[in-house]
Amino acid sequence: MAIYSKEEARQIMEKALSFSTADACEVNLSGSESGNIRYARNTVSTAGHRSNQTLVVQSNFGKKSGTATIDEFDDESLKKVVKRSEELAKLSPENPEFMAPLGPQKYDESITFNKGTAEITPEYRANVASNSIEPAAAKDITAAGFFDDSSGFSAMLNSNGLFAYNRSTDMNFTVTMRSNDGTGSGWVSRDFNDVSKFDAAEASKVAIDKAILSKEAKAIEPGKYTVILEPAASVGLLGNMARAFNARTADEGRSFMSKEGGGTKMGEKIVDERVNIWSDPLHPEVPTGTWNGQGQPLKKTTWIENGKVKNLAYSRYWADQKGVDPVPFPNGFIMQGGDASLEDLIKDTKKGILVTRLWYIRTVDPQTLLYTGLTRDGTFYIENGKIKHPVKNFRFNESPIIMLNNLETLGKQVRINGNLVPYMKVRDFTFTSLSDAV
Amino acid sequence: MKRRDFVKYAGLGSGALMMPSLLLGNDIPVEALLHPGMDVAIKKSLADMALNTAKNLGASYADARIGRYLNQYVFTREDKVQNVVNTESFGIGIRVIANGTWGFASTNNVTEKGIKKATEQAVAIAKANSKIQKVPVKLAPVQSYGEVTWKTPIKKDFKEVPVSEKVDLLLSANAAALKSGANFVNSALFMVNEQKYFASTEGSYIDQDVHRIWPTFTVTAIDRASNKFKSRQAMSAPMGMGYEYMDGLASEKLQGPEGLNLYRNSYDMVEDATVAAKQAKERLTAKSVEAGKYDLVLEPNHLGLTIHESVGHPLELDRVLGYEANYAGTSFATLDKWKSKNFKYGSDIVNLVADKTQIGSLGAVGYDDEGVKTKQWDLVRNGILTNYQAIRDQVHMIDQNESHGCCYSQSWNDVQFQRMPNVSLEPGKEKYSINDMIKDVEKGIYIAGRGSYSIDQQRYNFQFGGTVFYEIKDGKIVGMLDDVAYQSNTQEFWNSCTKICDESDYRLFGSFFDGKGQPSQISAVSHGSSTTKFNNVNVINTGRAI
Repeated sequence: MAIYSKEEARQIMEKALSFSTADACEVNLSGSESGNIRYARNTVSTAGHRSNQTLVVQSNFGKKSGTATIDEFDDESLKKVVKRSEELAKLSPENPEFMAPLGPQKYDESITFNKGTAEITPEYRANVASNSIEPAAAKDITAAGFFDDSSGFSAMLNSNGLFAYNRSTDMNFTVTMRSNDGTGSGWVSRDFNDVSKFDAAEASKVAIDKAILSKEAKAIEPGKYTVILEPAASVGLLGNMARAFNARTADEGRSFMSKEGGGTKMGEKIVDERVNIWSDPLHPEVPTGTWNGQGQPLKKTTWIENGKVKNLAYSRYWADQKGVDPVPFPNGFIMQGGDASLEDLIKDTKKGILVTRLWYIRTVDPQTLLYTGLTRDGTFYIENGKIKHPVKNFRFNESPIIMLNNLETLGKQVRINGNLVPYMKVRDFTFTSLSDAV
Repeated sequence: MKRRDFVKYAGLGSGALMMPSLLLGNDIPVEALLHPGMDVAIKKSLADMALNTAKNLGASYADARIGRYLNQYVFTREDKVQNVVNTESFGIGIRVIANGTWGFASTNNVTEKGIKKATEQAVAIAKANSKIQKVPVKLAPVQSYGEVTWKTPIKKDFKEVPVSEKVDLLLSANAAALKSGANFVNSALFMVNEQKYFASTEGSYIDQDVHRIWPTFTVTAIDRASNKFKSRQAMSAPMGMGYEYMDGLASEKLQGPEGLNLYRNSYDMVEDATVAAKQAKERLTAKSVEAGKYDLVLEPNHLGLTIHESVGHPLELDRVLGYEANYAGTSFATLDKWKSKNFKYGSDIVNLVADKTQIGSLGAVGYDDEGVKTKQWDLVRNGILTNYQAIRDQVHMIDQNESHGCCYSQSWNDVQFQRMPNVSLEPGKEKYSINDMIKDVEKGIYIAGRGSYSIDQQRYNFQFGGTVFYEIKDGKIVGMLDDVAYQSNTQEFWNSCTKICDESDYRLFGSFFDGKGQPSQISAVSHGSSTTKFNNVNVINTGRAI
């Protein structure tokens, strides 16, 4: 059994800590049970189950740290792993950026665990596959998909009295549906903490419909277009932008967030004033743990408010250097949306492109947060409020900063990989070439 | 954004550079790296037990991989050591065919009891999945090799080199960069040793000791007044070598244009860091490229990534057949194109060879992870598509009866599957140097080193950047350029290949963390080439004003 209760976890970690002779010691214990099924060519290709449990001990002597790991928790093993971490600490060079472990903290009770998800069986996974494969095969479509789920816990205890514990579950599903003539492709992604919100047949239908609708796409000239970005299309660019919210690289002058002449863009308006982005571990749709790997409490934090930079993430070390409070980086983001449905956005568009997803996104210029990548699995031309026909995929070269400055309309929010992102209509999105890929 | 999400959405899984999110093992003291590990006779008897158990449970085929995977990673920035990581991962993976279906299970409990249980799980998974399997697995025949061994021919085992020596080298490189005007420098040294024991019901017992190394850095120069920052990455390549790669032998160095040092089988990190700082600073004021058509002169440590993405990946048979459709994608190089025997992948001088034997390369092993002796084979000959990359259960799908020997798993804990071998461009046959090539270009750009890269899911449309760019006018380099990226289509690009330098310019590029599969696995692969010219390629300007 890889999942320990709060008390069981505490007992194991207290035992480990009792063997410590270091200046400071921190113990992390985690375990998970996970399963997956993969299918392609309308048949199952692989399936697996994994059970993991790990105890990590970090010992410190002054500014020297050593880490050791073990997966057995009897007294002898615990003694051995603590000793090993202490030996490593004594041998390692001093880390000038070392921060002593935190003392006791107060955490909110997380809402990341769901019993139903923890009880997913191999039969359930096989059903997910067949709920995808059967409707696909019936429509001359080939399905390739992946479903994985996990249930786990993590806990932490240190010699300064900090104790933290959390349990969580999640599931992720993606499927690519390709028409058997090779001219159409659709895709869908779903992720939840609570598996009862997931419907494999409903999700698969979205991808099947897109595969059929995207058959025999027409080429149109690349250039600047008004686009409707589904949340799966914008989340990659937004995620990359979020990585720039790092105070240290901004202060060092090597980030988009660096300010001309010195300092950072904190407080500056960088995008349209309707853009608001925050994180909230207790949001019912996208809950996350309420503490991070260093034991810092995770609280609701605003990153962009009315288009202005409200917060940058400060590590404990960098906060100490700058004399400010640390601001931990979150595990997921929420971007404020509007009331418009996808249909509403299409109806209000005279001429534009509907984008299902963006793929193979890579940094082109970190200075301007310019990224390149391609549309994939359902790209459609909109004219006079209606989807007119599928179009060939485009390569884009665009910055999320420019994208959020060119915002036209915000639509409804959708959960996408632990984030809540709205449909967005954006003008002048830059497509630089065509791709023959389906 | 969760890292997992970032990986998924940034498409890192299919790219050439994927940093592992976990270090594949438990932390161990540095001296434990030198422990010889389990005796080979014990491995044989434990493997036999797995194979016999599988057969008794009704498996028609079984293989067992007992693996000990050792990693040492050193990370520094400026004058600080950020981390020294030593890890070990040890366990056994058992793969079986029962009722015509694959099953796999693994355990780190490498005892009679643990192995028996894992074997039972593997057979049970195979039998359960056989109910929905439509076509039974068909394996190409393989020779029984008996008890054999293979080792990467290293001169210096990284495990015997003190950590302090490695730290000193990185900090010296950092100091050299800072002294030459860099504002920041991050450097790292990745070292890997795979001790793999393979046994199968075909009668092979294969003991292999595989080594890899990758020194790398990023040097950054900033100008706060103009709020600009530019970086220059290392011109090293990850190699299938021991610590001798770090010796910096002058005999393995080639002099490139504009003071650029190019390294073959030995790397001078301190020297490269010095040049890197100067070039990063120079980039701050370099001329922004004028978009248009240029002849591109591509240096091997740059071209390797283009080969990787536009030749290596599209010719993986599992992609061609649709097994990777939901993740990395499929391929434009469909079976009908191959069957036609006249699909012009490139111009007549383009010969692309797959290889699992080349000494010094990341892909070199004696036998692959399903016990097939490795070899070299043609993918593209005289510009024509001739073959794919396939393993034992795939080759029958392309009417062949011999595996290509490119099956790999990142650890004992993951199931082995088809992975890219080294894929390299053969050098030109006539004597022709990089200086000769530059002289022959009227309007062009010389591009060295890896940069930004992105390609579609069927490998038609790509865009590549680089580390440094120089403008060529009327046969001469006239200065540094910036904001350069080229966009092309795979077939069009390789058909615009007009000249390849000779063997004296041949070097390897490497990808240390190439990702594929769901759940994703990493592998390491090299791509060799000499400097090559491509005519009339579309170059865009990537500069933006915000």
